[in-house]
This record gives sequence, structure tokens and C-alpha cells, in this order.
Amino acid sequence: MALNSQGRPTRMAENLSTGGYADTFSGSRGLDQSEPLIFERGRSDNTGVDLPKPKGTKTRLGGLDRTADIGLPGLAEPEAMRHYVRLSRKNYAIDLGLYPLGSCTMKHNPRLNEKMARLPGLADIHPMQPQQTVEGAIELMGELAHWLMTLTNTPCVALSPKAGAHGELCGMMAIRAALDARGETKRRRVLVPESAHGTNPATAVQCGFTTDEIPADATGRVDLEALKAKLGDDVAGIMLTNPNTCGLFERDIKTIADLIHDCGGYFYCDGANFNAIVGRVRPGDLGIDAMHINLHKTFSTPHGGGGPGSGPTVFSEALAPFAPVPRVEQTKDGWRLIEQEADADGEPFGRMTAFHGQMGMFSRALTYMLSHGSDGLKQASEDAVLNANYILARLKHVMTPAFDGTCMHEALFDDRFLKDTGVTTLDFAKAMIDEGYHPMTMYFPLVVHGAMLIEPTETESKSGLDRFCDVLEALSEAAKAGDTDRFRAAPVHAPTKRLDETQAARNPVLRWTPPVVAAAE
Amino acid sequence: MRYLPLTPQDRADMLAKIGVKSIDDLFTDVPQAARLGGTVDLPKHMTELEVERHVSKLASKNTPASSVPFFVGAGAYKHHVPSTVDHLIQRSEFLTAYTPYQPEISQGTLQTLFEFQTQVALLTGMDVANASMYDGSTACGEAVVMASRVTKRRKAVLAGSLHPHYADTTKTLCKYLDIDVVSEPARHDGLGKLTDHITEETACVVVQTPDVFGRLHDLEPVVKAAHDKGALVIAVFTEPVSLGLVKSPGEMGADICVGEGQGIGVGLNFGGPYVGLFACKNDRNFIRNLPGRLAGETVDADGRRGFVLTLSTREQHIRREKATSNICTNSGLCALAFTIHMTLLGEKGLRQLARLNHETACDLADRLTSVPGVELLTDSFFNEFSLKLPKPAAGVVDALVEKGVLGGVPASRLFPGALEDVLIVAATETNTEADLSAFAAALKEVL
Repeated sequence: MALNSQGRPTRMAENLSTGGYADTFSGSRGLDQSEPLIFERGRSDNTGVDLPKPKGTKTRLGGLDRTADIGLPGLAEPEAMRHYVRLSRKNYAIDLGLYPLGSCTMKHNPRLNEKMARLPGLADIHPMQPQQTVEGAIELMGELAHWLMTLTNTPCVALSPKAGAHGELCGMMAIRAALDARGETKRRRVLVPESAHGTNPATAVQCGFTTDEIPADATGRVDLEALKAKLGDDVAGIMLTNPNTCGLFERDIKTIADLIHDCGGYFYCDGANFNAIVGRVRPGDLGIDAMHINLHKTFSTPHGGGGPGSGPTVFSEALAPFAPVPRVEQTKDGWRLIEQEADADGEPFGRMTAFHGQMGMFSRALTYMLSHGSDGLKQASEDAVLNANYILARLKHVMTPAFDGTCMHEALFDDRFLKDTGVTTLDFAKAMIDEGYHPMTMYFPLVVHGAMLIEPTETESKSGLDRFCDVLEALSEAAKAGDTDRFRAAPVHAPTKRLDETQAARNPVLRWTPPVVAAAE
Repeated sequence: MRYLPLTPQDRADMLAKIGVKSIDDLFTDVPQAARLGGTVDLPKHMTELEVERHVSKLASKNTPASSVPFFVGAGAYKHHVPSTVDHLIQRSEFLTAYTPYQPEISQGTLQTLFEFQTQVALLTGMDVANASMYDGSTACGEAVVMASRVTKRRKAVLAGSLHPHYADTTKTLCKYLDIDVVSEPARHDGLGKLTDHITEETACVVVQTPDVFGRLHDLEPVVKAAHDKGALVIAVFTEPVSLGLVKSPGEMGADICVGEGQGIGVGLNFGGPYVGLFACKNDRNFIRNLPGRLAGETVDADGRRGFVLTLSTREQHIRREKATSNICTNSGLCALAFTIHMTLLGEKGLRQLARLNHETACDLADRLTSVPGVELLTDSFFNEFSLKLPKPAAGVVDALVEKGVLGGVPASRLFPGALEDVLIVAATETNTEADLSAFAAALKEVL
């Protein structure tokens, strides 16, 4: 082994460039194992699959054969297994502990859901198989639709949207189509509260609307007077999350719905926080015209490190005719899938995606709903709200709640309790990592300074919440006691120290390139 | 309820700590008229066994692809997925993690996304790729929107052999964005006069290869015609395995390449979840206009390499109404499945798999065209081709179901009222010799 001028092996410095530690020969530390990229490990002549040998007959590719090397490395099965298992161990997960990301509803993911979604009759069927060979799948979609319509008290649901933001797009496109059908060419302004998810304004713009922000009042809810001042004959509608992103129920929601309707607009409700009210409140009773439902939040289909999700969107009578294809419809002979606009009633605004939606998520969500039943779903939302309020009650004396009173399913704090400590919300969050927790949502909603949004969900126990609150109490006290260095250095017990996000954005490296090519650049 | 840890005593203690009498006191902001008295009108909770019976009964009414000679494609393909893939994506740490917003405890997800982006770039022959879209069709729509932003032009031309669901998804996405999307009429015999429609106002031209009928296209003439007018070429594919044997869009000069990744690592799932692949040239303006998430390399405070989500000023959570797209949740776990399967295949396995698919399809095409009255319409193809039948294809497919064969997709299901005698047939490495003969024999009987 080569030694450097200090007599230490040079290998150790090289460890850093592949993500390892510099103070061990291997780059690993105990169970924290360093793992390079597959491109640094695999070879293009290696493979982890056994396939029959091709015959080598002449191709019929019209002369478009791929002759140049692709450059894809392969690993034998045991190598691939180790590579990905080692990497998996560098992830925090709901199965490892509390994951209190506000607005994300990180609840337990039952494995029965996974088992059901993998039944060959549901997983191994093709979207373009003849319909007579997939009647059970269409029935499952119908059953899911029935649950979603009943829970929301709405007459129609579009199942195809592939995630929450896609559901928003579905809802807002229906609003645009309804306005166009009424010949309304002026209504292009959509009211969006300041506290909204970023997807709301981004979605409105994709439907040809402009957005107009409504401020929050002192209680964290829509400022009703400000809203009234913004109404007019150019208003297309409102996009409102309820419960809102401050974790509060919009207590004037029916008035808001009436105001919007009286002014000729539609009410889009962002259903990201539906988990707080499932089984207790039906959004249709609140006057909404459209709402997406995140199956990957409320109905516990796993988030998979960023997706896939599923965002079925329910519609009121006014918007139902504009729902996109495909649709599932109940007939006297059972459920039927309608694929073409020409075969659908009303005026579908178009198609959101190639096929029928996220069937894998439908199977999981229906399994979850059947397991809970109407009674269990109600209990789940009650426990979610109870858990959040318990955290609020336990921490309100050491941290600073953003608003007075109780909350719904998530508790929002601001950073006033960190004033003059030199510790920021980011530092505080990173210190939670050293205590074995995933941090809460940081700096969102934007209406609160240094926001910390904590959503425990219903699947946490009281003793687990007590431990979590003890830790946050202790951290708050440590920050106030001037233990600043500990926060700024955090995390020190994670698989990496704090990562430099500025450098990543300033000098983007978005893929691996062979060392020789990198040197030439 | 088995998923709820709170006991009645816990609930009482917690309400006391909060300082309220009952759970109803936490819901007082709900308008009186919207408060439900009892429970909604749906069944009560079930045991695990009862749920399993209920869902299994629904599943049993369907015909799984593996249970019959199966030749359905048109945008989704039946492939064998190694068991390692499904085991690994069910690791708790991958399955039950959120979007990697805290990179220090999400390196597993972030490094695999970086591997995914690199694999997609290599496979498509492009420079960079994003961390996935919902599926191929939405990726196609987003690519047209991106091309419009990059070129500052508002017209898009779609080839007539683009999967019609992709065309419809794209038109829907562009409908209110003031982007004029024009589709050429459906055609299975090539690109026709596609390039004649490219003008100085065209943002992009969209060509699928292999196309929805299975035909392969040389993109170079399209690229030349488009670039002459300052337009971009978006190459689309629905079968990623094809890229193990067919020249990549990058090699042919495409500017943006999007496609469906389902064929590698992801099952059929009745249409979703799938994984949209999105790649483009290394151009500052392109990258600044990319939709979706990007994983990038950086270092930690000790100088060790690590990965983070980056360039997020393009995205909705930062840029809000000025974002490049509204996408947030993508298809992370399917991207992971794709990456693991691709790592197991490697270049050697991918090329072999692609060749097996092609040879099986060639064999099947020969057998089916030896049935009297059946004619091959696509003289070049990868693992899917189109046949002209002496009868309407929809009826033939139904008759084949009666014979226990799922024999492809009638083109009229995709293009209503047109191409009634055209049948689109896919074959993969999962089809056995017996499957091929069963299909040929059944087709002969029903024609």
C-alpha cells in the first residue's frame, strides 16, 4: 500500500471521493458501510441474470442496430444484493421511527397492502387486455371509487391522476373546461392563499390561469375580508387546502364556498390533509367542487422515497361532466371502463395519462380502507388529530406555537423560541437527526417565520410521542442554554455530515462520467 | 383496530393533558351542518383474513398475463423481473421513506437516483436525465412544454404513429398553455410527410420509435429537417428494452428523449404505477427548463462525496407559479426497480434480453404471416409488429380470448373508427415456443 508524506496510506484520502470515511482503511465504519456507485464497481461484461442464448439470426431493425458500447455496468446477483442493501441502510424510514413531516402524512404502511397489490390477478394484468379478462380489476376500481365518493359525499371521481399535483391539474382543468363551456373568457384569476403548497400556483398556471395571493389572518386562516376584496367577475375560482397547511380547519369554509360560487367561480380543495377529517367530515358537505385525494398519504400507500403516488380527484355535479377519460361507471351489469371521449357522457376535458391510473395504489388503498372500515377510518383521523394536539400541548411551553388554540392533524411552530440563540430552524432539524429522528417539515408554510410543521399521524403510540417530546424539549433547552456548536455541527451521527447543497447547485454534477472523460472536460 | 396504537386510557390521558373533555372539542371549527353524527355509510372494519379473502376474490376474476399465451403490448410489456428486484424495493428503508428532503439520512435513495439518472442517460444516448416522471405519456407532454419554453415557440407536431394515448395526454397538458399541438393522421407505414409540417414557428416534432405499430424510425432525417428550422426533436419510446438492440435517440441526434421505463423492473400493474424516463442534451437552457427532480453530487462537511436534490429553483416548491412543471411526487420506487434490474442485466444482459425479444418477435411474425390472409405491415420492428387481418381485429381478439390466447391489441381500440383490420402484436422473452404455436393455431382457427 502506498504511503503519503505523513506515512498514512493514500487509499484513505481516496475513500472520501467515493463517499467513504478517511479514518479507516476500508472507508466503512462498523455497520456503516461505504458503498461506491455501480459505475465504480460493476463491469459491462458481468451480469446478474441468466438468459437463454440467442440464436443470432439476422435482425429486422431496418439497419438501425445499436453497434456502439452503451457503457452500462452489470453486477452478479450477490454483488447487486449487497450494493442495494448497503445503500438502503443509509435511509431513514417510517419503519425505523417517527417521521413527522408535516403535510406528508407518513403513517405506517401495512404489509397486507403490499401482499394484495402483488396478487397475480392484480399485478400481472395488462391495461390493454380485453375487458372481459379484467372484470375483477374494473370492479376493484369501482369499489375504490365508491369508497372515495362516499367519504367525500361527491357524485363523481376521476381515478387516473398519478399523484397529488396531477390530481390538482385534473381538478383545475375541469374548472377551466367548465368555464369555457359557459363561454367565460374573462375568468382567468385564481385565488390562492399565501400558505398554499407550491403545487397550487404551479398547477393554476398550467391551466392558463394567473394566481392572486390571499393573506392569512391573525389566526392562521384565510382573511375573509381580504378574500371579499379580491372577488370579481374575472375570478375563476379558489384553491384552498383544508385543513390548511398551518394545520388548522378553515372555520369559514362554507362562507368561502358561498362567496366563490356567488361570484361565479369554482372551489378547488387541495386534499393533501384529508387524513385529519376522513370519516368525520365529508368535503362535499363543505361546498367544494373538486378535490384530489393523495392515496399515498391518507390511505397509506407507501411513499417509496418520492413516489409513486396516486391522486384520484372527486367532482361536484357542476364539474362531473368534464371529468377526463378513462372513467369507471356503474351500469346495471356492474362496473365498466370507458376509454374514449366519444363513449363518455358530458364533455371530458381530455386524458391525463396513457392508461387507467395507479392500479397498484388502488389495490393498496382499498385494502387499507377495508381493513379500517368506516369506524376505523374515523378513529384514525381522530387519533391523528389527538396525537398532533398532544404534541402541541406538551411543547407549547418550550417551543413557540405559530397560532393560538388547538390544531388538527399537524402542529405548527415558528422559530421565536430560537431567537438570539444563534440556532436556526435548519440547525434544530439537523440536531433531531442526531437524536435518531427524521426532522419535521422546515420553512413551510411560508407564512410563518422559520416554520416547523409536525405531523405525527395516528400510527404513533403515546409513549413514542412522549419520548419525542422529551427530546424536543431537551433540544430547545440546549439551544437556549447556548449549546450552539452542537446544532451547527449537526448531524454528526448520520451516514454523512451536513451536505453542501450550494455547491451541488452551483456546479451541477447530475450523472457519473468515466474518469478519463471527466479529466478531458 | 390493528394499526392504531393508542389505548382508550391513552386517549383519555392525552385529552386531559390537552385540556379538553372529548375528541369532539378538537373538531369545533367544523361548521355544525358538516359534522357527521355517526359513521359514513360504508362497511365496518375487517380482520386481515377477511380483507385478504375479499381482495383475492376480485383478483381471481382476472386473467394474469403469465397464465396464458400473452401478446399484448401497445405501451406496456410483459417481461420477467428477477426476484431480487422485488425483494430490494420492499426493504423498509426504500419502501417507507419519503422524498429525500433531508439528504444526510437519505443517501440510499439519493445515490440510487444518481445511478438511475446515469443509466437512463447511457441507455438513451443523451447527456443528462431527471429522477423520473409519472410515466412515458406524461413525460411526453412535459417534454413538449419544455421544448416550447426552450425555443420560445408555441407549435408542436406529433407523428401519426405516436401512441394515441401519449398524443392525447400531450394535447391535454398543452390545451390551456397556448401551445398548438397538431397530430398527423394515424399511419403505420412510416412518417409520411411529417417534416413538411416543420416551420420557423415549430417548437418541436415528436416521433416515437419503435412506434405504436412497432415500426422503427431513423431519426436523422427528422433531426436535420427540424434543426434547419430551429425546432427540437423529441424522441419517444414505450419499450426500454428496445434500446439494448436499436440505435439510441441520442446517437441519432434527438434533443430530448422521453419514454416509458416499465419494461425494465416494473410489472404490468394494469397500467400503473410505471416510471417515466426523461433525458436531454447537456445544454444550460435545457437543464434550467427540465421538469421534475434532479439528484446531484456534492460533498459533506468532512469532504466525503454525497448526493442531494439539486437545481430545485426550477421546481414548484421554490418557484411556485413560475415553476417548469407542477410535478412533486414522481415515481421513485419504480425508478429504483428500474435501476436494480438494469444493474442486474448490465450491458451484457440487456443486449442478450433485447436480442431474445427481437428473435421471438421475428419467429412469431413468420408464424402468423403464414396463416392465410394475414399480412405483415411493419417491415422493421423490435418486439412488436402490426398485422393486416382479413377480418376486423377487435372481433378476432375476442375470438382468441375464447381460445385462451391474449393475442394483441386491435388498432381500432387505440384509433376508434380507423384501422379496423390492423392487429398490434408484441412478443417478449416470456413467450415460449408453445405460446407461439398456440397463437398461430388459434389465429388460423378464428379467421
